[in-house]
This record gives sequence, structure tokens and C-alpha cells, in this order.
Amino acid sequence: MTELTLVQAVNRGLQEAMRQDPDVLILGEDVGVNGGVFRATEGLQKEFGPGRVIDTPLSETGIVGTAIGMALYGLKPVAEIQFLDFIYPAFDQIVSELAKFRYRSGGQFPCHVVVRAPYGGGIKGGLYHSQSTEAYFAHTAGLKVAIPSTPADAKGLLLTAVHDEDPVIFLEPKRIYRAVTGEVPDGDHRVPFGKARLVREGSDVSIFAYGAMVPTATDAAATLALEGISAEIIDLRTLVPLDERAVIASVEKTGRAVIVHEAARFCGFGGELAAILAEKAFYSLKAPIARVTGYDTPFPYSLEHVYLPNTDRVAQAARTTVRAG
Amino acid sequence: MNPDSAVEPLSYTPEEAAAALGPEWTATLEKAYRWMALGRAFDARMQGLQRQGRIGFYGAATGQEAVNVAAGLASTSDDWVFPGLREQLVALVRGLPLEEYAHSIFGDALDPARGRQMPCHPTARPAHYVSMSSVIGTQISQAVGFAYALRHRRERGVVLAFFGDGATSSNDFHAGLNFAAVFDLPVVFCCANNQWAISVPAERQTAAASFAAKAPAYGLEGRQLDGTDFFAVYRELSMALRSARAGGGPVLLELRTYRLTPHSSSDDPRRYQPAGWAEEGARRDPVARLEAWMQAHDLLPADRRAKIAAAADTTVRAAVRAAEAAPPPAPETLTEDVYASRSSGPAEGTE
Amino acid sequence: MTEAAHAARSHETSRSPSAEFPKGRRLEAYRWMVLARVMDERCLSLQRQGRIGFYAPLSGQEAAQVGAAFAMQPEDWIFPAYREVAVALVRGVPLRSVFDQLVGNASDRSKGRQMPNHFAFSEIRFVSASSPIGTQITQAVGASMAIQRRKDRIATIAFFGDGATSSNDFHAGLNFAGVFRTPTIFFCQNNQWAISLPRERQTRSATLAEKAAAYGFPGVVVDGNDVAAVYRTVREARERALAGDGPTLIEAQVYRFGPHSTSDDPRRYREDSQVQAARQRDPIALLKATLVQDRVLDEAADSKIWEEARAEVAEALAGAEKEPLPDVASVFEDVFAALTPRLEEQRDEALGMHGGHRP
Ligand SMILES: Cc1ncc(C[n+]2csc(CCOP(=O)(O)OP(=O)(O)O)c2C)c(N)n1
Ligand SMILES: Cc1ncc(C[n+]2csc(CCOP(=O)(O)OP(=O)(O)O)c2C)c(N)n1
Ligand SMILES: [Mg+2]
Ligand SMILES: [Mg+2]
Repeated sequence: MTELTLVQAVNRGLQEAMRQDPDVLILGEDVGVNGGVFRATEGLQKEFGPGRVIDTPLSETGIVGTAIGMALYGLKPVAEIQFLDFIYPAFDQIVSELAKFRYRSGGQFPCHVVVRAPYGGGIKGGLYHSQSTEAYFAHTAGLKVAIPSTPADAKGLLLTAVHDEDPVIFLEPKRIYRAVTGEVPDGDHRVPFGKARLVREGSDVSIFAYGAMVPTATDAAATLALEGISAEIIDLRTLVPLDERAVIASVEKTGRAVIVHEAARFCGFGGELAAILAEKAFYSLKAPIARVTGYDTPFPYSLEHVYLPNTDRVAQAARTTVRAG
Repeated sequence: MNPDSAVEPLSYTPEEAAAALGPEWTATLEKAYRWMALGRAFDARMQGLQRQGRIGFYGAATGQEAVNVAAGLASTSDDWVFPGLREQLVALVRGLPLEEYAHSIFGDALDPARGRQMPCHPTARPAHYVSMSSVIGTQISQAVGFAYALRHRRERGVVLAFFGDGATSSNDFHAGLNFAAVFDLPVVFCCANNQWAISVPAERQTAAASFAAKAPAYGLEGRQLDGTDFFAVYRELSMALRSARAGGGPVLLELRTYRLTPHSSSDDPRRYQPAGWAEEGARRDPVARLEAWMQAHDLLPADRRAKIAAAADTTVRAAVRAAEAAPPPAPETLTEDVYASRSSGPAEGTE
Repeated sequence: MTEAAHAARSHETSRSPSAEFPKGRRLEAYRWMVLARVMDERCLSLQRQGRIGFYAPLSGQEAAQVGAAFAMQPEDWIFPAYREVAVALVRGVPLRSVFDQLVGNASDRSKGRQMPNHFAFSEIRFVSASSPIGTQITQAVGASMAIQRRKDRIATIAFFGDGATSSNDFHAGLNFAGVFRTPTIFFCQNNQWAISLPRERQTRSATLAEKAAAYGFPGVVVDGNDVAAVYRTVREARERALAGDGPTLIEAQVYRFGPHSTSDDPRRYREDSQVQAARQRDPIALLKATLVQDRVLDEAADSKIWEEARAEVAEALAGAEKEPLPDVASVFEDVFAALTPRLEEQRDEALGMHGGHRP
């Protein structure tokens, strides 16, 4: 066990994967000499050389397209997109190619690439260094989507991602890159996909969150506890595959659901969760499902504190569901 | 093909032909001609089937056979092909059985891709022919990454990246050539310039002097070739492959051909092609040009030519018959291969 | 005829003056370059103090920006990246407006919605800058196509860096410009770095300018430290554009003296000696030397210019910092032309949480 920040845990996860398997390599902008603009790849070029930690020209379609080619051959590339906001030049490669290679070739050309990207708000990044657009990727069949919220999960989910057989969009909540620290197992630590994490047990209301919203939801639960409301916090960890069983079981127990994410509400991932609950846990619900999310606007700079869900908003939504029934 | 039609003659002496094709040049020519004839016959048959409604779609490569056959013959089994839209014949030359290709066109149960793609999108891993996409240009940067992996593993292969003239405007053309040059990778970029991107003529695709002229923008060498001249294509492709294999880095070849058929079965070129274009194209028919040369040099006696045509016809018919007899893919294949295991779908927890 | 066309025709440039930099405006150029440098230095320290959130300095690129801005006309359209502060100033944006944006206050013309350095000033035809690299390039070409359609006698200029030459929109933008022979000036400030990636690893072409041949139009290299040379080059490109001769790619060779941005530490990837060598050709020092030589400037006058610039910056900053944050309700405006019922509902929810006025 070592005490690490989330971004250090990402770094150790990458290092571990590269030590385990010479086929693992990293490519992206500023990932080599500079160690990544968030230092997630710090020291890796020194250890593994410029052939395995590759500074690329400024082209996301080039990064993901070439990563796909490497993966088709059998390497295990980890592509870094500097900010999730800059992934769109590669969107075509991701949704048209990466997600579909296995299917369209009848399994002859599986294509396992991990695309890492820091994402989310709270760092005063304005429109283009803040967005949470996980739903685009979760919506695309063939992609898996993993989002850690703790250092241990960052390493564990990343190692699972690197050794998975499917393409993984690995979103790192950059707001808590350094804000959270935790014990991280040394060596080959893996956290399975599709298994949600029970952050806190509760009986009155289930709060579903992922990424940087997990600490926000956890803080809200502490506030609620003082008021006698027992909130259960579930960290989804992977949106695809989704741990449906855990989501449904929790609501069957509490009868109430609050879904929290930074992304805009309309067609956000919370909509899917709400639909699943409506389809499969309807008779357990005692109150309408609540969503606490970013607003249906672009992500603002000066007023990002207004846009982002905070503890108050989460707690307020939980109170409302509890009062409703 | 009418041997009397006024095709532009290929002006090679036998010595020059031998220099272009190597010591086994007569055998290579014979093979090349057989493949070109087969490609031509297959295209004709498929277009007929499409008109009869027996297949849903077809995009022919008629006019581009010299390029495809030369690429198939000049490359080695270590090499890999990332196709554009019209390189199916490369896969056949490299070992994709015609029958299997027919299954993929019919999208039946025996199609290795389980009928998931439109016709003309075969995948042939054993032939080192990568699953093709409809999305223009995406294969270009993928080919470059693949070449990176080959070098990373210290393998000898070279990657042939095919794309059309239209694809030179795509994002991945730009990224692919740039990355290949920066990382100095073993890739031969083959721009199959058939002068049309559906209805857009090559001169409206770019204002550059040629497509080959785009290479220096990436610090690469670009060469423009007559893609209807089998000798020239074979010679230049062989050289480019040899050079890339020896660590000489990437190169861009522009192979100028004439698209002798509509863009696809959904297209009507009379709407946009100028009068006389088809006639000019016919004079540059690569199959007719090679045939005329071989005949002029007594390498294709009439009976041999007839035999080859008959054999092509029989092979094509047999492949179609087999494909039409095959059942459609099983319904459960619909949800296979989305993820490595079916249980890792979006809702793993409830499986 | 459109208003812009009227304006353009009455403008002196349509009489096709020489492309030489007007000697009488050299001191003016110098003042702008000094102002930009002073602003840069101030903003780096403001960011360290947490008074602005971010800044991308332009030190080393003043001559390139001021020269290009002087060569363009008020009716022309500017498609900037995030470093083009000096261009905005030269075109007449008050320093105060620049600081309103950097601070992100209620007076910011963009309502505090963008990160610092991402300016939008419609009054000077300075189009809203974006963070995603390169996207402005195709947009500039589209505006140029609109200019062609309206037969207006103006041009567009797109600013971008050496890194942006690898972007999708560089490729598409230059290709479209070549095919449609648009009145576009592609102004690439090659400052030798894209964050930590040196120019020679961005692409293997010998120069960036020669990429123009791939699109069928001329590309020229110019010493971006020489304000007169930049002016002349842009001026000639503009004349070509107006004459219907199509686009030009200009590579202005400069050096990024500072960090990529306040989030960057260049010591991780480059030797300080390289920076020191580049500073030998500091564009401000070069212009000062000629001005001194021509007796247009002496040390006393020079000190005064720097002092005035500092005072101007201090005043603009003080004013901007006094302003409040934008109103909470502003978050929901401008998503669409009109507020939707859904957005109204969300606005009310936010007002309930954070207070503020319902407009
Ligand atoms: C990204 C993308 N845009 C548009 C299309 C539609 N489309 C299919 S083929 C084609 C023209 C391709 O021209 P070219 O690259 O010259 O190849 P050719 O068909 O001539 O072999 C177009 C526009 C597409 N498939 N993908
Ligand atoms: C599409 C995209 N990818 C990555 C980034 C992150 N990024 C911001 S600036 C920059 C380097 C830009 O270099 P250059 O074009 O040379 O401009 P300069 O900063 O030197 O002015 C990068 C990679 C981005 N903003 N947009
Ligand atoms: Mg074409
Ligand atoms: Mg730069």
C-alpha cells in the first residue's frame, strides 16, 4: 500500500502496466518529455524510452487512428487526449472505428485501445477544459466507459482497462486529481469492470454518482445524516458495463433515488439510470427520481460554481425525495 | 474487351518488361493477366446481380485492376493492406478465396463478418487485409499505427495504405502522412486517383498540382504514376516496398486511373461526367492495354486468352452459386462481437 | 451593397498603396508592442497571485501580431487563436475590455463565459476564440466564401500556431481555400513550440510555409521579429486576396519566450540557453534599435513609453477588478436565441440556490 493522489495512482497504474507487458505503450500530446500536462505520465518516458512513450504531433485523429492501428496488430496502446474537450477531432476514429472493428470484422480484428482523458469541471477551465461528455461514449455500442473516483480505483480500473479485450474510454476526474489521496495497493491491483462501489450504506435514499461527484455526494450524505436522513452512496465506477444489479438492489432497499453528474441533464447518463429504475424498480420507488446535474447550457467560466452540482444541491434533492414519500 | 479497340499501347520492349517485373517476368505477366481478367469478370457479374436485385449494392473497381493486381503480386506475405473502397482484388490476389468474398457480398452465414457490412467491405485477416470502413480516410492513420507496431516488434512487414483521390481531403490523410513522416514508418501510401470522388472531379478536390504534390508538405517524396500501366505500377510499388522494408521510410504514390464504371450501383455518372470521358477512359483500360501488349509479344495466344476468360467465368459462377445457397446469418450473431464477451454489454450486472 | 462593402470601398486601401510599412507609424507600432509586453508581464504575476485564473503570454510574438494587425483593415475579419491579445488592442479594443475578459467580470463582452485569453469583440470583427486548436481555420475560409458571395472588397485572416498545422481544420481549411480561391490569409505564428513539442517534431516538412503547395497556393516565410517585414508580407497577401488571386499561407518565424501558459513549466522540456539565444532577437529591442538609430526615439522617450504602458495596464486592471461577477441568470442566456422553458426552469432553480436577479 502506498498513499497516493489520484493522478499519481494513474501514473503508477500506467507504470505497472508497462512493466508487466512490453506491448503497452503510451501516445499523446506532451506525454513524453513533459510528463503530461497533468503529470500523469511523469517519469514514464525516462523509464520506458521514447519508443513506448510517444510525443505525437497535435492531432487527436492521428493519436487515436494510429493507436487503433497498433491495437489491430496486437499492441496495447494507451492514448492520452489532453482534455476530454479535445477528443472531437478523433470522434470519428472512436465511434466509427474503434467501437466497431470487432463487430464489423466478425471478430477477426478486435481493437483494444484505452483512451484516457482528464474530464470534468471545477478547475476554472471554461467551456473547453471542463466538460463531461461521457454520455456520447456510453451511447456508442462497443465502447466501455470507466470513471474512477479514488486513487485505488484509478489504478485498479486502469489496469483492468489496459488488460481488457475491448476499447475503453477512461475518464479521469481532473478536479480531484490532487484533491483526494488514498491508500493504493502496490503491484498488479485490478478492480473489475461492472461492479459498483458501495461508498456508504444507507436506508432512506440512494445517491448514484461517479467521478468527482462521488466526494460531493459523500459530503451531502454527511450533512443529511445530521438531519436524520440515511443516504446510501453508490459509485458506479464503470458506466459501461453498468452494474445494474447494484443500482436496482439499492433502490429496492431505499425506495428513493438521486442521480448526480456534472454533465448536462438532457440526455445525460442519469436519464439512462432513471429509465432503468423506471423499468426495473418502479414498484420499489416511493418518490420521483431526482437528478442533480449540470445545466443544459455550455460550461461557463466565471460562474462554474453555479453550473456544477454541489453538496447543497445534492442534499436538497435528497431531502425533497425523502419528503415526497 | 475488344482487342481491336484503340487502346493506348504500352510501349515496353521485352527487356524493359523484364526489368520492371523481374526475372520471372513472363510468369508474373500470366498471373497478372489472369487476376485482372478475374477481377473484371467478377465486377461485371456483380453489377449484373445488383441490377437483378440479387445483391443490394456493388462498387466496382473496373479500371483499377492494374493497381490492385500489382499490389497483390508485388507485396509479400509479411505485408499488410489497409484498403480504401476498391482494393478487394488485392485481397483476392493475396489469398482471400473468391467464394469467401462472395459470401461477404451476400452477407450470409458463411461470411466471416457475419453479414454485418455492406457488400464490398470484406475482411480477410489471413491475407493480411484489414477490415474496411465506409468512412473515407480513417484507414490511413490506422495503417500508420500498424506500421509503428510492426517496427516495434521488429517485423519485416510493410503497410500498404490505399485511399482514393477524395480521401486526400480527409482528416486522417493529413494526420496519417504527418505521423508516418515524423516517426519514419514503413508505409507505402497508395492514392488510387480514379479522378472522381462520386461526382467531384479530381481538379475540384484540391488546387494542388497533383496528389503526389501533397507529399512534400509532410517532408515525404511523392510520385505520380500511370495506374493503367501494369509494368510501371508493379515496378514502382516493388521499389517502394523494398525501400520501406529497408528502413527508407514512407512514400506517397499517386496511381492515376480512370473509373470506368459508376461510383457504385447507386450512382449515375451521366449526370456529371463530361462527354468523351468514358471514351478517353476506355483507351486507358488497364486490362485491354496489358492484353494488347501481351498479344503483340506473342504471350497471349487467342486460345489461351479464351481459356482464361472461361476459367474466370466458371470461378465467378461457382462462387455466386455457393453464396446464394448459403443461409443468412443466425439471429444471435446480431449481438455477438459487440464486446469480447457477450456478458460485457452495457448491463453486465444483470446477465 | 452591404455596409461593409461601402466602408471598404471608401477606405484608403482600395487605392492600393504600396505594401511598405509607413515609417510614420513605426513609433505607434512600438507603443503597441511595449503595451503588449507590459501586459504579459503583469498578467503572469496576476495569475500567480490568483487574481486571474489563467494567461497565455505572447512575448516574442509582438512584432508578428502588431505587423499583421497594422496590415489588415478595419473591415477585415479576424479569426484568432488564444494568443492574439496585441491584435485586438491594435484594432481598437480598450485595454479595459481586455481585462474585463481576463477577470471574467460582469462587463466582459462575453459575459465571463470563456477562459482568459479567449476574446470575442464583434465591434472589431474579432471572432470569438476557441480552445480546440485549429477550428478557426475552416471558419475563416467560410467567412471568406461569404465575402466572395457578397462581392465585398475585404479579406479574412486566420491566426494559428505551428502546432495547429497538424490539425484537421488546417488541412480542410487550406484545401477549401485553394479550391475556392478564397480571400484568406493564413497567418501561422511559428513560435517553435506546441507546449512541449518542438517544431521539428510537429512535422518533417522543411518549413511550414511550404505546406501551401499541397493546397495549390503560395506560402511564404517571414521573419516575425521584424514588424515591417510582417506588415509587407501580410499587405501583399491581402492585395492578392482582394485581386481575386486567392489565399496565402504566411509562416511568421518567432520564438515563444515565455511558458505556453501559466499552467506550463518550460524548464521541463527546453534549455534556458535556447531562450536566451532567441531573446537576442527580441522584436521590441530590434524595433527600438532602428527607431533610436533613425532618431525617432531616445532613452528618455522610451522610458516614458514603458511607464505609460504600465500606468495604462494598472488602471485597466483596477477598473476590471472592481466589477462584480456576471449575474447568475446569465448562465442560461445565449444558449439559444431565446430561453427555452426548460432553461427557465433551470435558471429559477439556480437563482434559488445562489441568489441573483431574475431578468
Ligand atoms: C467521411 C465520409 N464522407 C462521405 C462519404 C460518402 N462517400 C462515399 S465514397 C465517396 C467518394 C470517395 O472518393 P475517392 O476517395 O476518390 O474514392 P473512390 O470512390 O473514387 O474510389 C464519398 C463522398 C463517406 N463514405 N465517408
Ligand atoms: C484539439 C486540441 N488539442 C489539444 C489542445 C491542447 N493544447 C492547447 S495549446 C496546444 C499547443 C498549441 O501549439 P501551437 O499551435 O503551436 O500554438 P501556440 O500555443 O504555440 O501559440 C495544445 C496541444 C487543444 N487546445 N486543442
Ligand atoms: Mg476517386
Ligand atoms: Mg507554437
